Amino acid sequence: MSTPVATGIAAMLAGTAESRAALVARYPAQFRADVKARAAAIGFVVILVALFFGGFALLDISWVRVVGGMGRLGEFVELMLPPSFGATARLLAWLHSLAETLAIAFLGTLLAATLALPFGFLAARNVIPSWAMRFVTRRFLDSVRSIDTLIWALIWINVVGLGPFAGILAIMTSDFGAFGKLFSEAIEAADGKAVEGVRSTGGHAMHGVRFGLVPQVLPVMASQVLYFFESNTRSATIIGIVGAGGIGTHLYEQIKVLDWQAVSFLVLMVLVTVTLIDQISSRLRFAVIGRAHGSH
Amino acid sequence: MAAIPHLPEHQLAAHAAAYAAAVVEKRRRLVGGLILLVALVWAAGWMGDVRPAVFVDNLGRFASYFGRLAHLDSGALVLSDPAEWFWGAKKWLRLIGETVLIAYLGTMLGGVGAFLLCFHAARNVARTRWSAFLARRFLEFCRTVPELVFALIFVVAWGLGPLPGVLALAIHTMGALGKLFAEVFENIDMKPVDGIVASGGNWVQAMRFGVLPQVTSNLASYALLRFEINVRGAAIMGFVGAGGIGQDLLEAVRKFYYSDVSAILVLILVTVALIDIATERLRHALIGRETRA
Repeated sequence: MSTPVATGIAAMLAGTAESRAALVARYPAQFRADVKARAAAIGFVVILVALFFGGFALLDISWVRVVGGMGRLGEFVELMLPPSFGATARLLAWLHSLAETLAIAFLGTLLAATLALPFGFLAARNVIPSWAMRFVTRRFLDSVRSIDTLIWALIWINVVGLGPFAGILAIMTSDFGAFGKLFSEAIEAADGKAVEGVRSTGGHAMHGVRFGLVPQVLPVMASQVLYFFESNTRSATIIGIVGAGGIGTHLYEQIKVLDWQAVSFLVLMVLVTVTLIDQISSRLRFAVIGRAHGSH
Repeated sequence: MAAIPHLPEHQLAAHAAAYAAAVVEKRRRLVGGLILLVALVWAAGWMGDVRPAVFVDNLGRFASYFGRLAHLDSGALVLSDPAEWFWGAKKWLRLIGETVLIAYLGTMLGGVGAFLLCFHAARNVARTRWSAFLARRFLEFCRTVPELVFALIFVVAWGLGPLPGVLALAIHTMGALGKLFAEVFENIDMKPVDGIVASGGNWVQAMRFGVLPQVTSNLASYALLRFEINVRGAAIMGFVGAGGIGQDLLEAVRKFYYSDVSAILVLILVTVALIDIATERLRHALIGRETRA
């Protein structure tokens, strides 16, 4: 028990002031405060907070107004209870719109995926070696992706008129960009050995793609499509706000006429539908991905 | 040449039959799936009022719409007179700034809310089971209701302007980030926490010195990613009167001011791209710092 480490441990266990001083003396680097890092961290937080309050001032938001609105929101919530649909005819109309919402999400996602498939190959490094082609395709997909579904809906309404068809096309265009990017990444991440294996046993290049690449890429793509179907169900519920079909149209109307019980019923309908679709789709996704693991 | 062993014919036949059966089974399932898909597409097409004829007839209009976007009222190409194209630049830039600010405030508010709630929502650090359940359900509600629906309701409660936009984004952000934050918490190494608890630290100390050092950079990275998404979201808040550039864009589209539409779209695209690049840099720096630590 005479080694320096053992005495150090003994002193630590004793926990006296002297032993702490001894430890500080022995390991100065461990006990020195890192002033620079701490100042940077505190400065960063101060800037964030200052920006936050400065932002409220810039947007001319007074705290009195914030609190006043809270009171009004509380009143609305009170008026929302219990949720009610009123007449049965109205409920039927809403259910019809809900089905429309699902149709918009489903067809929009499917069309987007179909359209994006060739672009995904064009933007993939291991398929198209030309960087110029890839750059152009990528930038094109990025700008399509940056425009929101609702903006696309406004544009498509000009082309095919009001209604769910415009909504389908809007979801198709805005997701086409995202799918193109994701598909290209999936293709780039695929293992080239499978393709080589097929080629080495005498397979044609297309055999390599069909039996080497597609089985690797397809489950990933399918799970991405399902995931987007989930999130598109959400987008499709609001697309009606600009007149592109679905339950959003009714939601917008009921909020405008301040029928709060109807609003809460519609929100409930949306909640239940989105949760159901989430459940079904995540099950399917796990099934698809599970199969991919099985085949490896 | 190495001799490849061949199975005798009668043993091979069993394998070949099994293979054929497997292929038939797979094909059967594939055809079944395709039939189901076609049925679903047909039903969705009927429900969604798909009119391919209208689409084909009016596809020219889609192309010509973009053509008109590229021309000024005078008929000249927009690029020939950028000053005329961006005649409202001063106002639009102010609105774009407002949009980014809405996104920032929404992300901050929502991020702080998510941070406070995820201590309850994460299974490994939550203190009671019922608070974990409540926190989880609440976060689920916040992220399932679309932000524009919150915005619509908040516009009635708070009046037109950026405030309802900020609050709507904040609530949705809280739901989305709360879930991600909780997942980060659940993936931490619990040994430091155990160590602090074992040496007599309380829950707050365990969180501060055991959990936070492990999660901070990840949380910041997710918050930045959300900020990026929220800038896009804030750009359409104006559609329902909740502040930002959206109001002007909606007006320009509805009133067929084509060159204004394209100018605003270009401004939005550039802003979104700049913010994407900036946040990506920041996130990489954060992740780099984490791997070094």
